[in-house]
Amino acid sequence: MSDPSTNISHLELGDRNETFLDSNELVINMGPQHPATHGVLRVILKLDGEKVLGTECVIGYLHRGVEKIAENRTYAMFNPYVDRMDYVAAVSNGLGYCEAVEKLLNVQAPPRANYIRVILTELNRLASHMLWLGTHALDIGAITPLFYTFRDREEILKIFEKYCGARLTTHAFRIGGCLYETYDGFEKDVTNFLDFVTPKIDEYEELLTTNRIWVERTKNVGKISGKECIALGVTGPVLRASGVRWDVRKAQPYAAYSDFDFEIPIGQNGDTYDRYLVRMAEMRQSLHIIRQAVGKIPEGPIMAKVPKVIKPPVGEIYHSIEAPKGELGYFIVSDGSTQPYRLRVRPPSFVNLQALDMMVRGQLVADVVAVIGTLDIVLGEVDR
Amino acid sequence: MPDENKPTPPTPSDGDNKPTTGKPAGSVQPSPPPEGAASASAAKPATPAGTPAKTAGDHAPAAPAKPTGPATIPWDSPMVATLKRQFGSGISEASTYLGQNYMVVDRSLIPEILQVLRDQEQFDYCVDITAVHYLTREKPFDVIWILYSFARNERILVKTLISDGEALPSSVPIWPTTNWLEREVYDMFGIAFEGHPDLKRILLPEGWKGHPLRKDYGIIQQDNEWVQANLGIESGQ
Repeated sequence: MSDPSTNISHLELGDRNETFLDSNELVINMGPQHPATHGVLRVILKLDGEKVLGTECVIGYLHRGVEKIAENRTYAMFNPYVDRMDYVAAVSNGLGYCEAVEKLLNVQAPPRANYIRVILTELNRLASHMLWLGTHALDIGAITPLFYTFRDREEILKIFEKYCGARLTTHAFRIGGCLYETYDGFEKDVTNFLDFVTPKIDEYEELLTTNRIWVERTKNVGKISGKECIALGVTGPVLRASGVRWDVRKAQPYAAYSDFDFEIPIGQNGDTYDRYLVRMAEMRQSLHIIRQAVGKIPEGPIMAKVPKVIKPPVGEIYHSIEAPKGELGYFIVSDGSTQPYRLRVRPPSFVNLQALDMMVRGQLVADVVAVIGTLDIVLGEVDR
Repeated sequence: MPDENKPTPPTPSDGDNKPTTGKPAGSVQPSPPPEGAASASAAKPATPAGTPAKTAGDHAPAAPAKPTGPATIPWDSPMVATLKRQFGSGISEASTYLGQNYMVVDRSLIPEILQVLRDQEQFDYCVDITAVHYLTREKPFDVIWILYSFARNERILVKTLISDGEALPSSVPIWPTTNWLEREVYDMFGIAFEGHPDLKRILLPEGWKGHPLRKDYGIIQQDNEWVQANLGIESGQ
């Protein structure tokens, strides 16, 4: 496992002589204002003609000091802030944070709350993957999927809006459970959505899976092996597409995930095409989970007994969940007061982005855009 | 802490109107059921049973959470025994808190024990590196490695204490993922990692002065000089 480490820190210039052109090294700057970088990511590319010799990411343009803010807010007050990290998967962020504080408080959310959490989080995973698919395809040159996915994602956002009043930064959960009971017709809305979206996912696949341009642009692009993923700490669909069957929902189940039957889709080649297939399969698995959950939401309270002033006992805890992008962890140190002494977010996008350099070396410059898209990063979470 | 003297509040001033049940909304003094409350508090005056519901309501200056915090229990496993045999007293603590195993190791063990954990104990995935600053402590920094093993499906925390200005050996040769993680710790806390291939700031701009996650760095503090020179404004606030 030492080979990826050498790959990262040294430029490999060995096979450059294959080109018949004169060596023509060029350093160009991509971003921070660039439509294909999905936010304010700056990548410095070192090129030989069209071939990428190395990259360097410059990040931090969206740094808001979330971890510092946490130290100056109470546990409840900090809850909405986490929505602003991965803003396309705010529900997942909130779930991870609430569960981490609950663990620190040693309380359990009631089963009904856990079911509501699972449904909303999986809906959010779908929304996140849909946004990824639309923008990723747009980067590569297919404009149509963007409109399809945004149209269908809208239905998810409508459910969020009816549930908690917000579409993106939802603040859906509270420490100890949920604040809101499901609205009248929630189950029906969700079921209708499932029936509506299942054929839509087939529709996306019809557009892309066997599309020759799509396949040419994604197959064997940005390859990364499972071993390299583990060495680089890459998690989420990127890791699974490289053949490692690992998902926090299965490995260390949280919320109510142990109640449901679902698969962990994996790929074989670890290229951009496999990551596309894995995410598409994950969307179907999410639908499968939601369908199981929505039929049997247990009755009961939605809030555990949590004091109004949250003062966790002195201690440290790390808790992580499977966010749409990978392992999202919260490390919280409590000194027994109302505010976290230290709160660390382990952002999946930040760690995954580190693999960009390895994945694009030796590829063409146009593939950089495809690889940034396939990593599915959100700069709000990279920079925090 | 002051929780020793708080959980027995039979003082008639504020502890009497607590029926120890329901919502202690702290809204008004419910005068109708005084006898129930009185009997309840009289029945068990010394037990801290009423405390969980109590922290919510009235100002409650003391009572930092429940006095019965979950206990830290020793972490016994073959791995810990092996490591202790190998490193002896370098492992000063190996415990479990709320199901989370962690060990506190001496600073001098740092590159070796991480290497051993990866090579012999299969902790092949370094989840995160972070630090915590304790301003008044003799060794003010905790540095924490969060490790996960796919083979064992187990997550552990390895912690070491270092003093201000002390550098740590980089773990990039062990887990390449720590490249950016160490850079972030350096950026936010000013802890240097020796042997890191490219140790520089990552989230804050080059040339920024100060390390924001230190406890002596204020929430609205900033490097005014940098802001004025680079952004052309008086202040970012």
